Amino acid sequence: MALDAAELKRLKQKARQIREEIVKITYTCGGAHIGGALSQTDLMVALYYKFMNIDPKKPELANRDRFILSKGHGGVGHAVVLGDLGYFDKETLKEFNKTGSPFGMHLDCLKVPGVDASTGSLGHGFSIAIGMAIGARLQGKKWRTYVMLGDGELQAGPVWESAMAAPHFKVTNMTTIVDRNMLCIDGSTEEIMALEPLKAKWEAFGWKVIELDGHDFNEICDGIELANASKDQPAVIIAKTVKGKGVDFMECDKKWHYAGLDDVTMNKALESLKKGAK
Amino acid sequence: MAKGITWSIEDADHMTQAEIYGEVLTQIAKKNKKIIAMTADLAGSTKIGRFQKDFPERFFNVGIAETNMMGIASGLAATGLIPVISTFAAFAALRCAEWVRTDLCYQKRNVKIIATHSGTSFGQAGTTHHCTEDFGVMRAMAGITIIAPADAYETAVAMSQAIDMDGPVYIRIGRSFEPPLHKSIDSFDFQIGKAIQLHDGTDLTVIATGRTVNGALEAAEIAAGQGLSVRVLDLHTIKPLDTEAILKAVMETRRIITVEDHNVYCGMGSAVADVIASSGKGCVFKKLGLQDVFSIVGYPDDLLHYYKMDADGIVEAIQQVMKMDFEQDEDWEDEV
Ligand SMILES: Cc1ncc(C[n+]2csc(CCOP(=O)(O)OP(=O)(O)O)c2C)c(N)n1
Repeated sequence: MALDAAELKRLKQKARQIREEIVKITYTCGGAHIGGALSQTDLMVALYYKFMNIDPKKPELANRDRFILSKGHGGVGHAVVLGDLGYFDKETLKEFNKTGSPFGMHLDCLKVPGVDASTGSLGHGFSIAIGMAIGARLQGKKWRTYVMLGDGELQAGPVWESAMAAPHFKVTNMTTIVDRNMLCIDGSTEEIMALEPLKAKWEAFGWKVIELDGHDFNEICDGIELANASKDQPAVIIAKTVKGKGVDFMECDKKWHYAGLDDVTMNKALESLKKGAK
Repeated sequence: MAKGITWSIEDADHMTQAEIYGEVLTQIAKKNKKIIAMTADLAGSTKIGRFQKDFPERFFNVGIAETNMMGIASGLAATGLIPVISTFAAFAALRCAEWVRTDLCYQKRNVKIIATHSGTSFGQAGTTHHCTEDFGVMRAMAGITIIAPADAYETAVAMSQAIDMDGPVYIRIGRSFEPPLHKSIDSFDFQIGKAIQLHDGTDLTVIATGRTVNGALEAAEIAAGQGLSVRVLDLHTIKPLDTEAILKAVMETRRIITVEDHNVYCGMGSAVADVIASSGKGCVFKKLGLQDVFSIVGYPDDLLHYYKMDADGIVEAIQQVMKMDFEQDEDWEDEV
């Protein structure tokens, strides 16, 4: 069902604000995984500002929904969202990457409130999410686990062990999202280690597959609802995204996987985000 | 010119350890057609991509699939080729530990691993991307050679000698630029398994490895200003260990400090401790490095300081160790 105009506007504005903050922190911190942080943003905004049952003032709340960023290098984007929601004082994000800071490029669940697992080594988070979801089910809990994977991450063998396990253990209280931005570090996923036909692979492993545009909030929200409603098999959303989304000169360019920004590029990036919002 | 060098490098003073091994490997591969290079979506970050430019047909990027890479390398080596593979230390040593043991070491495969971003050298990335356990993991594997070069020059020679020898080799380097320790490629005698004595001394020996060697040398100079005579050993090979140089340090200085960008449990210091204990001699001993903790986030140089692995930390340790007593043995004079 289409989002009403006010809701759509709210989510879009939030996503733009998050992207601006990602750019600013990438500037102050000296370098971050900006490309993937920008591609995942709309998906994370939908989860955190519409779907997830959380209380930022009580990060340890027993019945909260869980979110695992299995593509942990998107941590800069995750930290911005958590800071915006009030899990911690946003000002502390100025310390990102600095010596002794709680925030490094890959977030530490023991140091950053709201982070449910310390990820960064690709191919771990998905298994952890399955464990959490099974844990909830065994203990009769109603909360849901959300997990986001990078498409490059899907090249990792452990992901497919998890992909076998979730349908096998009928883990339907978990929603899996793939940020399909078509790039890993060294190039396009299809050039480096081809993933296609990706939908058929997931289906063959026993998943309900929902393909959607990862920058269209109507599609994202419909997709998450559909995934959450799947009771016979676990559902995965393959979200078509653009690496570097919103900053024109970063879009679809592998060179922006990880980068630092100087004054000029930061301003150009902010300018581009502003233009795109019109 | 050091033995067996058939390649040349310019501007090594300004190269990172990763840049230089990429360059040297590519040059060696011009003559040695058996060399195959591999990475796991880190061609650019590890600099093995340099090889890809010249030899695309002998280069394999397996995507983000490190264990698969180890297994394929084992198979390639079984056919007589020499795979040289590069990824971050955390993935090479920890994620792939069992592959390295069973597919490379147990089967005696001639595979060379270049583990980059080791220790805390990728400081801002945080613990998932640090690797302060690899000496321990790798040392426990029978038949592997472990080298931690201190600068770009040593990395170049280590790369070259690793290719010349048979069997699995693990070369551990950092992420970014390390100040050159040596003046040129032929100003030092690098032999796998032989420590390099950088500074002689009689009061105490500092044994350092990898990116901590520069600080050790600096500390020895500071200590000299305080009237102390400090020997510095660059223990670039962790396995096989230069027991002779360590025993000599025990006998001649009776005080040893080890420094490594690694957990002090199971690291280079523990290897040195084995030798000291076996010697039966009294020796004051202190291990610098991460004291069984997970590393914090920070700039790489700050972390060296934070964990007392830099010149300041080493000088402080020297002062402590000089205040401690060792038990004199009766035949002390005979041993020297
Ligand atoms: C096991 C492992 N191998 C290698 C890396 C280094 N690395 C960090 S990000 C990345 C590429 C990830 O690509 P993708 O999952 O598509 O992320 P995105 O494009 O969304 O940033 C790699 C290889 C890692 N973090 N973990």
